[in-house]
Amino acid sequence: MVPEPFEIVVKRRDTTDTWTFELEPRSGEPLQFAAGQFTMLSAGGAGEVPISISGDPDRPERLVHTVRAVGLATRAICDADPGRVLGVRGPFGTAWPVDEVRGMDVVIGAGGIGLAPLRPALMSLLARREGYGRLVLMYGGRSPDQLLYPDELADWADRGFEVLVTVDSAGPEWLGHVGVVTRLVRRAELDWTATAAMLCGPEVMMRFMVAALVDQGAQGENIYASMERNMQCGIGHCGHCQLGPTLVCRDGPVYCWSELAPWLAIREL
Amino acid sequence: MKGLEELIADASVFAGLDSASLSLIAGCAGNEHVRAGTFLFQEGEQADRFYLIRHGAVSLEVHAPAAGSRVIETLGEGEVVGWSWLFKPFRWQFDARATAPTRLVAFDGACLRGKCDADHELGYQLMERFASAMLERLQATRLQLLDVYGNARASA
Ligand SMILES: Cc1cc2nc3c(=O)[nH]c(=O)nc-3n(C[C@H](O)[C@H](O)[C@H](O)COP(=O)(O)OP(=O)(O)OC[C@H]3O[C@@H](n4cnc5c(N)ncnc54)[C@H](O)[C@@H]3O)c2cc1C
Ligand code: FES
Repeated sequence: MVPEPFEIVVKRRDTTDTWTFELEPRSGEPLQFAAGQFTMLSAGGAGEVPISISGDPDRPERLVHTVRAVGLATRAICDADPGRVLGVRGPFGTAWPVDEVRGMDVVIGAGGIGLAPLRPALMSLLARREGYGRLVLMYGGRSPDQLLYPDELADWADRGFEVLVTVDSAGPEWLGHVGVVTRLVRRAELDWTATAAMLCGPEVMMRFMVAALVDQGAQGENIYASMERNMQCGIGHCGHCQLGPTLVCRDGPVYCWSELAPWLAIREL
Repeated sequence: MKGLEELIADASVFAGLDSASLSLIAGCAGNEHVRAGTFLFQEGEQADRFYLIRHGAVSLEVHAPAAGSRVIETLGEGEVVGWSWLFKPFRWQFDARATAPTRLVAFDGACLRGKCDADHELGYQLMERFASAMLERLQATRLQLLDVYGNARASA
């Protein structure tokens, strides 16, 4: 599968090491996708990496990606400016169960850049707001200046999301929560047995978050998590992204927790 | 308006205590209201009180000469502020500052310690609850120390 050329039309700096890109297909053909899916993205010869789509699934004309520069490939992408062309393959992978959880209360649990893969789900839930009970975003970050999409957080709150943000550490001028994201779970009063949760963030954060959710009474089969493993082909051929008996690029990245739990109990999977 | 005993009974840290214990505890408690910005206590001071937040928010802060003040945790409705009254040397390790107008139940720690010394069953019941609340905070602090968002390898 050959990468399609997409041109960067907007580049926005989110934090010291993270940028959001809006891309347009050279072919003029929008990339239809489902919330939770990713593409294999590349800039020049620096390598191809999986990056979740962070835009609105109802507006696929522009492909949106939020990228954190951590190594060779992501740094090359983050260095690219408007006008540059990136290679895109996809979309790949499974989706957030936005339709399946209709009628339920929904908790979106995001940590750090994990809010980017959840943003399309959030937008879909808001576009169909009347179909759900309470919508709660629990978002944890390292410090206030590392939070993604600060303007949108306020907008989502206006449109019917209960937005709870917490950071690991802050100066005294920050009036929001300080503490780990799991503590937001313990403070929220929800009918947990009828609540679905969608989680994305560092794996250790998701494990603690699931423990807190289950303690409160949430059911494993209503908890979904987006998993990350190194990838190469993105299409289920190379085996690089194995997780238990599954391949993250094909059977994930979004998994139901009750399916995942036995594999995560085995270290180094 | 709820009486002190009812307010105390509603707090998860006192959940399940019988009414005799609740009234003993309430005998060491009083209502307080503080403005945003008020320090409930400051590092190094004698720790002779603790608080239950009824409404509002309190931040725990440390002051480091080079870094200035850092908020390490915020506490809200239904949560307890302060453990240092429980153990020697009874000194606060952090500053606690109300970040909003805050209503609290304030407890006299020495009074409650005295009642626990006299009634070991009450002492056991309280210690069990406080130990469990402290364990939850300790686990949260450990996760915070992992700095999961800062460590690129561990990030999503
Ligand atoms: C399904 C999926 C969706 C993803 N979505 C996004 C997204 O929306 N935005 C985004 O910025 N990233 C996302 N990632 C992570 C991204 O793919 C990696 O950061 C990228 O592959 C790292 O490649 P590199 O060449 O830049 O770094 P490398 O040169 O491979 O590694 C350099 C440094 O980064 C560390 N590193 C390697 N892999 C990762 C990783 N996965 N995460 C963090 N650090 C890593 C290495 O330990 C090393 O220290 C996603 C990953 C998956 C599997
Ligand atoms: S990346 Fe090749 S099998 Fe998943």
